[in-house]
Amino acid sequence: MARYLLRRTAFLLGSLLAAAGLLFLLLRMLPGDPANALLSVGATPEQIAAARRQIGSDRPLAEQFWTWLTGLARLDFGTSFVSRLPVGPEISARLAVTVPLTLLSFALAVAVAVPVGFVAAWRSDRWYGAALNAISQLGIAVPVFWIGMLLVTVFALRLRLLPAGGFPRDDWAEPGRALTALALPVITIALVMSASLIRYVRSATLDVLGSDYLRTARALGSSFAGAMWRHGLRNAAVPVISILGIELATTFLGAVVVESVFTLPGLGTMLVEGIAEHDYPVIQGVLVVSTFGVLVIGFAADLVQRLVDPRLRAHLGRGRR
Amino acid sequence: MSSKLAGVLAALTLLVAACGSGTGNTPRGGSSAAPGSAATIEVGSLYEPQNLDNIAGGGQGVTEAFNGNVYEGLFRLTDAGKVENLLAESYKVADDGLTYTFKLRQGVRFHSGKALTAADVTNSIERVLAEDSQSARKSNLKVIKSVTAPDDATAVVELSSRSISLVYNLSYVWIVNAAAKDLTTAADGTGPYRLGAWKRGSTLSLAPFSGYWGPRPANGGVVFHYFTEATALNNALLTGAVDIVTSQQSPDALSQFTGNPDYKIGEGHSTTKLLLAFNDRRAPFDKPQVRRAVAAAIDDAKLLESVWAGHGSLIGSMVPPTDPWYEDLTSLDRHDVEQAKRDLAAAGYAQGFRFTLDTPNYDPHPTAATFIKGELAKVGITVDINVITADEWYTKVYKNRDFAATMQEHVNDRDVVWYGDPGFYWGYDDEQVTAWVAEAERAKTTEEQTALLKKANRRIAENAASDWIYLYPQIVVASSALSGYPVNGLNSQFYAYGIKKG
Repeated sequence: MARYLLRRTAFLLGSLLAAAGLLFLLLRMLPGDPANALLSVGATPEQIAAARRQIGSDRPLAEQFWTWLTGLARLDFGTSFVSRLPVGPEISARLAVTVPLTLLSFALAVAVAVPVGFVAAWRSDRWYGAALNAISQLGIAVPVFWIGMLLVTVFALRLRLLPAGGFPRDDWAEPGRALTALALPVITIALVMSASLIRYVRSATLDVLGSDYLRTARALGSSFAGAMWRHGLRNAAVPVISILGIELATTFLGAVVVESVFTLPGLGTMLVEGIAEHDYPVIQGVLVVSTFGVLVIGFAADLVQRLVDPRLRAHLGRGRR
Repeated sequence: MSSKLAGVLAALTLLVAACGSGTGNTPRGGSSAAPGSAATIEVGSLYEPQNLDNIAGGGQGVTEAFNGNVYEGLFRLTDAGKVENLLAESYKVADDGLTYTFKLRQGVRFHSGKALTAADVTNSIERVLAEDSQSARKSNLKVIKSVTAPDDATAVVELSSRSISLVYNLSYVWIVNAAAKDLTTAADGTGPYRLGAWKRGSTLSLAPFSGYWGPRPANGGVVFHYFTEATALNNALLTGAVDIVTSQQSPDALSQFTGNPDYKIGEGHSTTKLLLAFNDRRAPFDKPQVRRAVAAAIDDAKLLESVWAGHGSLIGSMVPPTDPWYEDLTSLDRHDVEQAKRDLAAAGYAQGFRFTLDTPNYDPHPTAATFIKGELAKVGITVDINVITADEWYTKVYKNRDFAATMQEHVNDRDVVWYGDPGFYWGYDDEQVTAWVAEAERAKTTEEQTALLKKANRRIAENAASDWIYLYPQIVVASSALSGYPVNGLNSQFYAYGIKKG
């Protein structure tokens, strides 16, 4: 296990470094000049040159890359070209919104999708099994921002139950207020995410329901519930967990849409603002952190899968993959 | 729909709603309910400062939040467009117009506690003129030769030539504490509010400054809430999360507030002009006749009506009604398709021509460009719309002047003077106008200045230096409980100290 963990960590750091280099280069290949964000109509050529000097975008590329990379190694993400604020603390402030948003949506989606998906498969021959299937298909087709706007219209503008957007100024000082602010965004993401999850759970359950081992267990006298619990669940979980990992990563990266609809000061909106302003340190910082997050999620999904599935562990024990 | 599923969904919704409202029973959006002077004013805006320094690219947002609220100048440009003394108690101009002596108001303190001295004033003016300053006003202040402080209460500015706009221009120069180190992320001014906290991407709060030299603000503080999208901003107003929207940019949303007794809609004068700016250096737009033809072919009133539904106005030139040298020149920019065709034929373009219109990708530019394309097709001109980002606009149009024509909104007041600068991006090169603009700046009296700029403005209108499509409306939507807020918001300023709730 230790060797496996070591190898995975090395892989993670290697990927991160490669991603950092790639995105640094790609960003510089984009047309546009970061100095422009600082200027307004009336700026003279001297002022434009001064702006470039100030943010260091006139330095050689290699030098800029090295400065950034050595900073990263010290967990220093540099300073925003535009706001002149250090990027690191701002990313952590934004993570305090995006991470709970992602995890809560994920938890809610799983809580909805697993039972619903199971019922859809178990009762696929009944009308409501088919109906659940159809509804989940519809859920996949509907864009997330539209669901968000719909929920805002109903729950914020009409019923006045929940705020239409925003996040408390003191963040999580009053958890109740923060949760209220996250309620609609969380439901929005969870609805969309559960729509596709339901389908995966359903097909995994269908596989299990038709399997020989389940029939054998029943023949040996297990109750349906008992056989499902001992054998079915574990087997169905393996493919679902890898999908969950991907879904979680997608939600984390896709939070940007929901964050804009609900004006949440999260990582996604930070990235959008950074891109609009050509604020390289901000874009790079956010992308490196997101890449790290996605790699960690993949790592975690892999680990959980190994814990659930003894076959994968057995390979490990023999030092093979 | 399955009743079970509906039940599950309803239960989940209630659960989440309950766990939210159960803890604390919070007022929505955090607006404090206390009436009178203790109330905090929640302001909604689309313009978040990029940083907190107006000479380091802070942008429109920092002007909105800080001008007159956190920082004060020697003078103040009032919401009505008048210039009055602020930190300058009085001033004298020498007979040659080259020496200005400012007497400073006594008993003024910075938020950090330090008393205001003339050294702060000289430092504040010098930092706008400094090499690394990105102030948009820097070029207006180039005439300043030196700034000195003979004593703590007196500042003296020496000019290289007369500048009638000096006092006006100084209203944009923040007087900052000379000892303050970092003004891009912190603030130290003399205004009625001190900076509370700036949460990037979300809010900026201002708290009353107890040591303020003037009257206390009418409210207990201000919080600016920043939105990137007009719909979200209007939703916040509809749900009471904000009390006022500094500038309504979504005409379609207005109907949600009209006729609703909970809201007041105010329409003031803006200074933002929508321009179809020609590259006056390049054929075919180097010919005034061609520019006039294009202007005549476009029905400005129809576009304004379709974008703003009865709000906003036509001005026929670059000067908005709040500038002292305004005059109604719509008669020089009449919609007349037949005249446009005659002008085109006379200029040698009877068959029309084709050009690319560089169009910023944000509203209302793409809408306006599409409309213009349709209008010009009627006189045989083919328009290729090239949608670009603000950033590309700066590089391609503003810096490299690599364009035939472009759409752009020009937000500042008193900016007709750019037509006197042949080096400006649109390259209008007219010796007469250049001379008038320069003379106006050296004028001895405002009457003289006004007369000259009126002449310049009329001349550029006659030559259709650009096509001035319309003047934006300045619409402020506020909760009916609010009073004392600025309606014009000239140059994006938003004086918050007079706002009262209840």
